[in-house]
Amino acid sequence: MKVLAAVSGGVDSAVAMARAAAAGHEVTAVHMALSPDPALTRDGARGCCTISDAHDARRAADRVGVPFYIWDFAERFAETVIEDFLDEYRSGRTPNPCVRCNEHIKFAALLERALALGFDAVATGHYARLEQTKSGPVLRRAADPAKDQSYVLAVLGVEGLRRSMFPLGDSTKDEVRAEARERGLLVANKPDSHDICFIPDGDTAGFLRRRLGEQPGPIVDRDSGDVIGEHRGTHGFTVGQRKGLGITTAPPDGRPRYVLSVEPASRTVVVGDRGGLAVSAIGCGDAVWCAAPPAAGDRVMVQIRAHGRPIEAVVTGASADSFRVSLPGAVSLSGVARGQSCVLYDGDKVLGQGTIEEASATG
Amino acid sequence: MPYLDHAATTAMRPVARDTWLAAAEVCGNASSVHQGGRAARRILEDAREQVAADLAVPAPWVVFTSGGTEADNQAVVGTYFARHDEDPRRRRILVSRMEHKAVLEPAQHLEPADAELGWLDVDRAGRVDPGQVAEILARDGDDVALVAVMWANNEVGTVQPIAELAAICRTAGVPLHTDAVQALGNIAVDGAAATTTALSAHKVGGPTGVGVLVVDPVAALRPLLRGGGQESGARAGTANVAGAAAAAAAIHEAVTATAEHAVRVRALRDQLLSGIADSAAAEGFEYVVNGDDEGGLPGLASVSFVDCDGDALMMLMDGAGVAVSTGSACSVGIPKPSHVLAAMGAPHPAGTLRFSLGWNSTADDIAAALAALPRAVERARRASAVGGGRSR
Repeated sequence: MKVLAAVSGGVDSAVAMARAAAAGHEVTAVHMALSPDPALTRDGARGCCTISDAHDARRAADRVGVPFYIWDFAERFAETVIEDFLDEYRSGRTPNPCVRCNEHIKFAALLERALALGFDAVATGHYARLEQTKSGPVLRRAADPAKDQSYVLAVLGVEGLRRSMFPLGDSTKDEVRAEARERGLLVANKPDSHDICFIPDGDTAGFLRRRLGEQPGPIVDRDSGDVIGEHRGTHGFTVGQRKGLGITTAPPDGRPRYVLSVEPASRTVVVGDRGGLAVSAIGCGDAVWCAAPPAAGDRVMVQIRAHGRPIEAVVTGASADSFRVSLPGAVSLSGVARGQSCVLYDGDKVLGQGTIEEASATG
Repeated sequence: MPYLDHAATTAMRPVARDTWLAAAEVCGNASSVHQGGRAARRILEDAREQVAADLAVPAPWVVFTSGGTEADNQAVVGTYFARHDEDPRRRRILVSRMEHKAVLEPAQHLEPADAELGWLDVDRAGRVDPGQVAEILARDGDDVALVAVMWANNEVGTVQPIAELAAICRTAGVPLHTDAVQALGNIAVDGAAATTTALSAHKVGGPTGVGVLVVDPVAALRPLLRGGGQESGARAGTANVAGAAAAAAAIHEAVTATAEHAVRVRALRDQLLSGIADSAAAEGFEYVVNGDDEGGLPGLASVSFVDCDGDALMMLMDGAGVAVSTGSACSVGIPKPSHVLAAMGAPHPAGTLRFSLGWNSTADDIAAALAALPRAVERARRASAVGGGRSR
């Protein structure tokens, strides 16, 4: 197959590229430039945007012996990922930019372009197991549970998965590092990265404040209805957040307060005690299915964060583009924020995902 | 491998390689007085005289540099300071919008040192209007430090009326710098036309890392590199003797063969363009040829393919084993929009490929490019239709 290996400059994508080539595929390496001005982007963020990342990616491709190109997706990245990130915060939601990037850039723009240019598949360094069966692709959690990235890949859906390769799915990170060393890939000792790549200093609140401006409003205690503080903008808050709330008047019961909801229209941040975060039903839109949609009554596992704990749930309804799950009474989730991705699993098999639109305490 | 990117660099000529290796056998610093030094110095001065003869200038006018970029930087910065120190009113640097970054960036870098850029517009073919230059210099020439207009453009091959511009500048008493890096070997270059002329060895089959700045002594340039007094004080640093010798050998062969070479590569270019026309008619794609079709460089064709992305085209051609360029690659590998195509008002800059021919180009190269092109264009159009990753 003609395989396009997306190389970030990090160890994972370098080894994925090497494995695709070793498997006999005709591999071409492509580094996606996502920053509008690579020279100005600082190092150390997730390996996406910097000149030194592009250099490392190029050298890894040299070592593997495959052609290397840089494709410029900066404009599309700014339009779809950064603007979406800001819009979501503007409307009181909590986006996951890496999921959006996978959806719009890595597996839409890149995959579409690759197919148009004559490639058969795109290989990345994500950790997830993908098997192409007669009845379609099957996406499962990675062998290394600590590195599992199936959560952010669910958004690919059947069509995207059909054209994808994840050569690292059966390996642990240690094995990948060791293999990188064996293959002489100089990126072997690069640290993992977890920042949002377009916020290299890690100051998300500061980034949002600069881009969205200050829009002060009240912090309201749900139980008493009292205004117990002021904030500089609802975008600084996410449901479930406890730290840095800036409460100036201690609530009467003295218990810690958590953000329960963010209401940008009235610029209100509603807080309450931990019990207020309990959720027993989640409704999702923009569903993308990686397998046949489940039926009402099916027992599934749900995960709502990239490294969140999967939780048992029962499907109460599912269609091509939405689904609802109820969470049996004994289990409750804390900090379910609108805008987050909710991924459904059957055991370790990914069924699909949706964007959380509502979370309620009543099933 | 079919190679159609000679404007980026070209294969080293055997005579340059042989000269280079022979000169590398000599152990001696050209500034040393002992016999080894004298042997090296002799090779260096032989090279200088050879280059001078080929450019029809006196030998002392030839200054060896580390390449075309240094020659351009030296000319712009060195001329500016010489002129501005002499008369602080001389602040303006008139540059054409077609200039290479090796001229534009040093000029812009001088802005904190009181310099001001004045832009010379170009027509759709990329040509500077000598009338505009004459008018500016006649109206308020007292504040002009220098004029910089490249002899032939690296992206589209447009050739400027250097003799005419030189006469205008000479009359006004203003120095003219010309970057003749792409012109040398493709069209006749008179080293005495402009006040300073930049050349590069590797573009004509010499080694990389060697350039020449031809300097009319009236320029009284301020040197960029100091500390050693080599090159008669014009450019400090131990002389690159073997490089200079190889450069001289390559330049000599290129200059001697220019007329014959031009005829040969123009015929190949015509084959290429008529092949593209046939293929466009057969496959139903559209394209435009940028630049000055008649008067431009004989071996360069800048072609914009409508609804295509130049990067994708270049990659697909590369995949088919054919080396071409988008004409505007930067060191990071991320294409920037071409200031040259923008200045000319080129209609489809994003889909541009530069085909450039050199001393060892053959009809087989053209045939290979034409064979690979239709499929590349078809795929690039499909990729462009899905919209991802277009050049900025």
